[in-house]
Amino acid sequence: MGFTMTEKIFAVHAQSRQARAGDIEILTPDVVLLNDTSGTITVEQLKKMGVDRLFDSEKVVLVADHFSPPKDVTSADAINLLRGFGNKFGIKNFYESGRHGIEHALLPELGKVGPGGLIFGADSHTCTAGALNACGVGFGSTDLAGVIATGELWVKVPRSIRVDFVGQPGRFVTGKDIILSLIAKIGVDGALNAALEFGGSGLANLNIDERMAIANMAVEAGADTCVFEYDEQVAQYIAQSGWAARQPVMPDADADYLARHTIDLQQLTPLVAVPPSPANGLPVAQVAETIVHQVYIGNCSNGTITDLRQAAQVLKGQTIAPNVRLIVVPATSAIYRQAAREGLLEILSAAGAGISLPTCGACFGGHMGILAAGEAAISTTNRNFRGRMGHADAKVYLANAWVAAAAAVAGKIVDPLTIAPLAGRKELA
Amino acid sequence: MNGSTIHLYGANIDTDVILPGKYLNLYTPEELGPHCLEGLDPSFIQRVRTGDVIIAGSNFGTGSSREHAPIAIKAAGISCIIATSFARIFYRNSINIGLPVFECADIVAAVKSGDTIEADIAKGLFTVNGAVFQAKPFPPYIQDIINAGGLVPFVKMQKKT
Repeated sequence: MGFTMTEKIFAVHAQSRQARAGDIEILTPDVVLLNDTSGTITVEQLKKMGVDRLFDSEKVVLVADHFSPPKDVTSADAINLLRGFGNKFGIKNFYESGRHGIEHALLPELGKVGPGGLIFGADSHTCTAGALNACGVGFGSTDLAGVIATGELWVKVPRSIRVDFVGQPGRFVTGKDIILSLIAKIGVDGALNAALEFGGSGLANLNIDERMAIANMAVEAGADTCVFEYDEQVAQYIAQSGWAARQPVMPDADADYLARHTIDLQQLTPLVAVPPSPANGLPVAQVAETIVHQVYIGNCSNGTITDLRQAAQVLKGQTIAPNVRLIVVPATSAIYRQAAREGLLEILSAAGAGISLPTCGACFGGHMGILAAGEAAISTTNRNFRGRMGHADAKVYLANAWVAAAAAVAGKIVDPLTIAPLAGRKELA
Repeated sequence: MNGSTIHLYGANIDTDVILPGKYLNLYTPEELGPHCLEGLDPSFIQRVRTGDVIIAGSNFGTGSSREHAPIAIKAAGISCIIATSFARIFYRNSINIGLPVFECADIVAAVKSGDTIEADIAKGLFTVNGAVFQAKPFPPYIQDIINAGGLVPFVKMQKKT
């Protein structure tokens, strides 16, 4: 029996040099990622462990992105703690406001994520790395303290669920809609204790940004991790980013899968996931006319240049509805600069958008766009749990950037075609 | 042993409702405990007594990897969580900080909130309304971490060897 991509990546990083689904293996990752919310606990646990030397300070990356820039003294203390830890142990990879970005979007740009790589992050959306033929696995703070101390962590090798894409996505269909449709199909625990593996002839029709949007929400289906097949687009990406640490992986033809799904991209329509579950994806028409008070375009899943181009396509020459607050958050400083060069920030700002520096911000209810009781937001983020963006009685609808931008103009959820008849995939290309 | 009270919840309880994101700039048990389950059951913190047990459906602790969630539950005085199943990261986090977590689907269907439970945590054996439930045993590697008292003492032991 052959091996899945996940088994192959885990095997390369295993003490035993092998990995088969169901086995517990001791793994050493290429990168260990901490942020300003998870990292504080890691630092405290390392103190308790009596650690005076890290397994490899070059492999540790610290990103202050959640409460960055610090929203209050407590948050500043947390970031200060993380910075102090980095300085003490000679960790050069420390990033915060300005030379920075949201961790999962930043790591690929820095060349810290790429084919065959294994990233352990104290953040559940570490699975975003899957877009680049890597495995990103989310952990808690204490597990990562263990890795930082010893370079090793036990992991149960997951079985994989294979997802094949075929066909060409329709006019306003994005990576967001693909993953929302998959989660609607298999449920928030549909990939529990499993890995999602993506490939198929339709993959070539999705750019890296769209693959990142899909990979990012693998955890919303309960997946341990996910990995996309390697192709020419990934090769081009890493030629720029400089990743060369590991070799690409492809699945064996006789690999064993827990389940197989085929998604015909042509059959999909833009979806809106209604609260309180990412599995509640419905066609836009079924939630049309829902009033929104905030539109949030950003975060680690959909704050890419592709998303900003989609938003600008809809908002060019438009003015947002008077009762709407539109917040745009480019996911990294590099994306911010590119959006400036392309004139996107001008278009967005002229339409009435508030443009933020990269931060996790309001996505997790932290700051920079918190919702009041009774308010509703449409957001390109990844979670619409109760209270996720603020008050427990506020609502969050998840959607792609075209749909979100159209809602900003209309003040309610609408088919983007009604706002922007000249927008769409082909028109963007 | 005196019985403890059961707090029963449904399936897919996410870590955002266990410990809302606005508190993620805190990290000590003392600070996090008072906000335990604030997003789901705001009066829980008034009702909970030391030693009480949370019982829930499948995929408990889904979503964010925030270790703040099990830290808050432990700090609130909960002695263990029993669920049909757990989200992977929450499960590991709980083991690592010394909060016992057990998988036992039968007990979830058989109890209600407010029931009294006798818990033998060392054996994973629970008695409710005269019925006895046995949780699934831990894999050996995880049992070693539990025996050590969590990952911090486990790593300390490894460093010595």
